[in-house]
Amino acid sequence: MNLFKKMGKLALGAILLTTFASQSAIAAKYKVGVSVPSADHGWTAGLLWWANKAVADFKKSDDDVEFYVVAASSGSKQVGDVEDLMIRGIDALVILPLNPATLQNVINEAYDSDIYTVVVDRELETPSQNVFIAGDNAGLGTVSGKWLAKELKEKGNIVVIEGMPIPINKQRVDAFDAEIAKHKGIKILDSQTADWSTQKALAVMENFLQKHPKIDAVWCQDDDMLKGVLQAIKESGRTDIKTVLGGAGSKDIYKMIKDNNPVVRASVTYPPSMVASGIALAVAGLKNEKVGKMYHTSPSRVILAAELVDKHNVDAFYTPESAY
Amino acid sequence: MTNKIVSETAIQPSALSRWIKSISLTSMAPLIALIVLLILSAMVSDHFLIPRNLTNVLRQVSYTGIIALGMTFLIIAGGIDLSVGSMLALVGVLVIMILNHLGDGWMAVMIAISAAMALGAFFGAINGWLTTKGKITAFVATLATMSIFRSFTLYISDAGEMVSRNNLYSDVGTGYFLGLPVPVWVFLILAIIGHILLRHTAYGRHLCAVGSNPKVASYSAINVSKVYFLSFIILGFTVGISAVMLSSRLNSISPGDAGLFYELDAIAAVVIGGTALSGGKGTIWGTVIGAIILGIINNMLNLSGVSPYLQGAVKGFVILIAVLMQYKRAQ
Repeated sequence: MNLFKKMGKLALGAILLTTFASQSAIAAKYKVGVSVPSADHGWTAGLLWWANKAVADFKKSDDDVEFYVVAASSGSKQVGDVEDLMIRGIDALVILPLNPATLQNVINEAYDSDIYTVVVDRELETPSQNVFIAGDNAGLGTVSGKWLAKELKEKGNIVVIEGMPIPINKQRVDAFDAEIAKHKGIKILDSQTADWSTQKALAVMENFLQKHPKIDAVWCQDDDMLKGVLQAIKESGRTDIKTVLGGAGSKDIYKMIKDNNPVVRASVTYPPSMVASGIALAVAGLKNEKVGKMYHTSPSRVILAAELVDKHNVDAFYTPESAY
Repeated sequence: MTNKIVSETAIQPSALSRWIKSISLTSMAPLIALIVLLILSAMVSDHFLIPRNLTNVLRQVSYTGIIALGMTFLIIAGGIDLSVGSMLALVGVLVIMILNHLGDGWMAVMIAISAAMALGAFFGAINGWLTTKGKITAFVATLATMSIFRSFTLYISDAGEMVSRNNLYSDVGTGYFLGLPVPVWVFLILAIIGHILLRHTAYGRHLCAVGSNPKVASYSAINVSKVYFLSFIILGFTVGISAVMLSSRLNSISPGDAGLFYELDAIAAVVIGGTALSGGKGTIWGTVIGAIILGIINNMLNLSGVSPYLQGAVKGFVILIAVLMQYKRAQ
């Protein structure tokens, strides 16, 4: 029992220490709250890594700004997180809403109480923000479809593994399907969801390999899922699949492209670093600064292009120390 | 004769004081933990005692807290329900569908809320039926329905978020009455009703008897499976109410993540509140305190800027410490 007492005291002491350490910072002029989903797949892990990187970078250059980064495992928990941030008196909120409709009410409350609001990645049904920054989801689908059609020389069978059933996924898949429909020789055999999870993609791919005797290419829109797909192909010993394409751009896949992997030859960007740019936009907005060398201060929408990354330009995108 | 009386009166006060001592130590543990936590939180963050923050915390805990009230009944009866989170999502989606079908006005809201309670009780009855009539262990039966409820939720909503088109519905969950949010009022009123039901009715006494020893209870002419079945319905009913509170606060429900891990938070609240997982005894007010403790931990960690990755660990440690404290006192 004594041991437990000691452990309990130790834990409490540790909590107090970390909290006092964070409290002791000098009162800053601006407070920026950052709310993101907690790492449920590689991309969201990258998100938190980039948010923390941006915070660390700004601490060096702008010491009058203080940052609070919180991560939520569900939409309703994130609502609580935003309420807590508002209690701490934030001047700006950078948020990647887990589910836009769930977060709509609380983001309205923040925006209506004059908090400079930057919504990242997932758009609200009723706009309630100063800036919206996101990747190009439809573009990701279109660019992927074009590249695959070219690599397959306009002929072949594709299987598709989709992400989580949320609007972003639908935008990507719809654009991909529309692009593939233009290429008459290419057929989509099957399309199923695997929630952007490596493990689920492995299971779905195993099923596809059983079901379809001849597959020429796989499109799975996310590089985490691509790892599961590659594992399933390896275990099955099949050699008919000559081309696979993920997306979003993870460092492991970039490494494979760099190393001239015969099957993995490209990726399409949908960078988790967008949250870092979101934080930069919030700071610029608070200070009424111009964005880069532009002649304007606060844009209302920033859409980052979906870029095709292959061995010609991979070096510009490869960040080995990133979490994704 | 006189001797006997003397000895009895001599025993009486010591037995009484022993009883008081045991009560105060075992059942006060959650309250003491709560007070310690309150003081700690107030020290750690200047923002903690802001009234708006306290009402926020109470509103945040009310959703799982309401479920935990029902869960207390079931756990006292010796059962467990893992399906409550999925059930909440299913009821939530159905309520918003009903609401959007009925259109605007208070009438639609009232019908939707009544439907939520009925649906919750119905899904609870399914769990109860599986365990009493189907003779499946509560753990396994509700593990299965957890998956089934979630799957139906995703299917009927096509996995998309459901947004209420009724202009009054969100007033229920976002409204305030006498300075407290409506969900908090609902939580407190249900807690009082639950306390009376558990402590001052025949059903409450039967529940404890069934939980501590079902064989003995059935010899005492208690209809064991009926008592057990009813506790599932009570839990389902509270899940229905919680679904209304949550979906009206958000004016929407997200089928994939609404109620995710609520079963764990609800069970944790019940256990921290001093109810034995083995059944037979427990209190409603203990559960209320347990739920509030969980909410405060979350809030304190957010306000004080502890790394989001560490928050789960801190929460886990506090649950362990709370339970160890009770275990030690109970000995």
